[in-house]
Amino acid sequence: MASGDILHPSSGFETAEILATERRKRRRRTKIQGKLVKWFFISCALVSVLTTIGIVVSLIVQAWDFFIEVSVWEFITGTRWTPLLKPQSFGVLPLVVGTLLVSSLAAAVALPVGLATAVYMAEYAPEKLRRIIKPVLEVLAGIPTVVYGYFALTFVTPLLQGVIPNLIVFNALSAGLVMGIMIIPMISSLSEDAMIAVPRSLREAAYALGATKFEVARKVVVPAALSGIVAAFILGISRAIGETMLVTIAAGSTPRMTFNPIEGIQAMTAFIVQLSLGETPHGSLEYNTIFAVGILLFAMTLLMNLLGFWVVRRWRMKY
Amino acid sequence: MVQSQQESETLEPVAGQSQSDENVLAARNLSVWYGNFRAVRDINLDVKRNSVLALIGPSGCGKSTLLRCFNRMNDLVLNSRVEGQIIYNGTDLYAPSTDSTEVRARVGMVFQKPNPFPKTIFENVAFGLRVNGFKGNLQEAVERSLRQSALWEEVKDRLNSSALELSGGQQQRLCIARALAVEPEVILMDEPCSALDPVATLAIEDLIRQLVAKYTIIIVTHNMQQAARVSHETAFLMVGEDRAGYLVEMDATDKIFTNPSHEQTEAYITGRFS
Repeated sequence: MASGDILHPSSGFETAEILATERRKRRRRTKIQGKLVKWFFISCALVSVLTTIGIVVSLIVQAWDFFIEVSVWEFITGTRWTPLLKPQSFGVLPLVVGTLLVSSLAAAVALPVGLATAVYMAEYAPEKLRRIIKPVLEVLAGIPTVVYGYFALTFVTPLLQGVIPNLIVFNALSAGLVMGIMIIPMISSLSEDAMIAVPRSLREAAYALGATKFEVARKVVVPAALSGIVAAFILGISRAIGETMLVTIAAGSTPRMTFNPIEGIQAMTAFIVQLSLGETPHGSLEYNTIFAVGILLFAMTLLMNLLGFWVVRRWRMKY
Repeated sequence: MVQSQQESETLEPVAGQSQSDENVLAARNLSVWYGNFRAVRDINLDVKRNSVLALIGPSGCGKSTLLRCFNRMNDLVLNSRVEGQIIYNGTDLYAPSTDSTEVRARVGMVFQKPNPFPKTIFENVAFGLRVNGFKGNLQEAVERSLRQSALWEEVKDRLNSSALELSGGQQQRLCIARALAVEPEVILMDEPCSALDPVATLAIEDLIRQLVAKYTIIIVTHNMQQAARVSHETAFLMVGEDRAGYLVEMDATDKIFTNPSHEQTEAYITGRFS
């Protein structure tokens, strides 16, 4: 329809006639407004998209300089990481192992506890109690990670030293356990949402067959919510891999190829912090290791997140 | 079979309660409360063994609430409370010593909307058996239940595909098979055909007529013709002035539909109010 066309109501439709006149007056203004609003929203959405692209591009550009001098193969498979010491060696595996060690410890704590919390909240907790626990867990999620770092270093580590006498001050165990506590709220909250979304009719079907509450939770609710639960796990672990402050403060700064949790290690993120705080000149090979490690870290978390999305889409149950 | 023997040992008969063998269930002065709201009041009725009892009445008259007393599903509703007794083979289902999960293994239920688990066809039927610790041949038991619910021929080649791939009518028959697998004596059906098309509805009704040889069925329905077609006895419930449902009358279905004792029953059946 051309913009000038007007739909004239038949006589006897007075209100419609008034509305038609008003609408005609407003038509031009509304059109411009609509366009402005649309572009405003698009530009807001673009901010994060462009930022992501910018980060990736700057990572690639600077990492490129690094990989001209050190081969990707040497970087990925080398088992010695001493970029600041002579003889220099750029094998990133000790850092990757450090990160994976802390993340595995975190997962070992957070997966069972997070899942159990979610089951309790979704299936057992009375509505009143749920309304208290849920905000408390969300507060736990809002605590700055530096606080967790010092909590690990000054509270959990001494506590652990009482049990394990030869535990050194900066160790993977303490950092991993506290990181596990840190990601519990994320895992339990997302898992709980997935469980709450399981229709009541499925629970009733199981109860009607003589199932107990625990059987309903274990055999019906958890399997039906599995895609959401697995996605919560993956996102939680991905968060652990990228976490910086806690491992920098509590896990040490000694790149070490070890899976022994009572030793000190250095995580990928902690190395980046260490190097950027030091006096390494910009543009030097040593400095560019930041971007090489950064791009690997980015790839790892991206992979985890993609895996999370894939799991949700692939395994999503229609109820 | 072994199961039912075990349970008849644990379900202690109520002292002083006499119940003739022809009745499998009975409600005695039954009232259900949700908080301060009384949903049904003072229901007294007997359910004959190997018969179909239809519960009819206008919306909000407490048909479903009454139905859900027979397997203690109302326990799952927050703040619900039951007064009076439900007697099953001489035992009060609401006695403190009675375990609600045991009740539900003896009194099965089929719901308004087909609600198969998002599992395979086989696992759906096997669920109740597994939960109740069945030790026999699972394969045979599943086949027997699927045959009883007239679904075997349609699904025997795809027992391991998802139950959600079945049509609505097939899903409902699967839900019936799932309920039958644990051999309940009584099957409660809460408007089992309301989400189905006429052809699937007739299939379920045929099934009900066959199942009654072995089981006792209580069915809630909004469909008068359905009540007339499948049931032996019909109970008509109404909403009282206190908004609580009560039993107006219960009688042989023929009598209710041709010559009811109460004017209200006739008015409802002939569609003068709903």
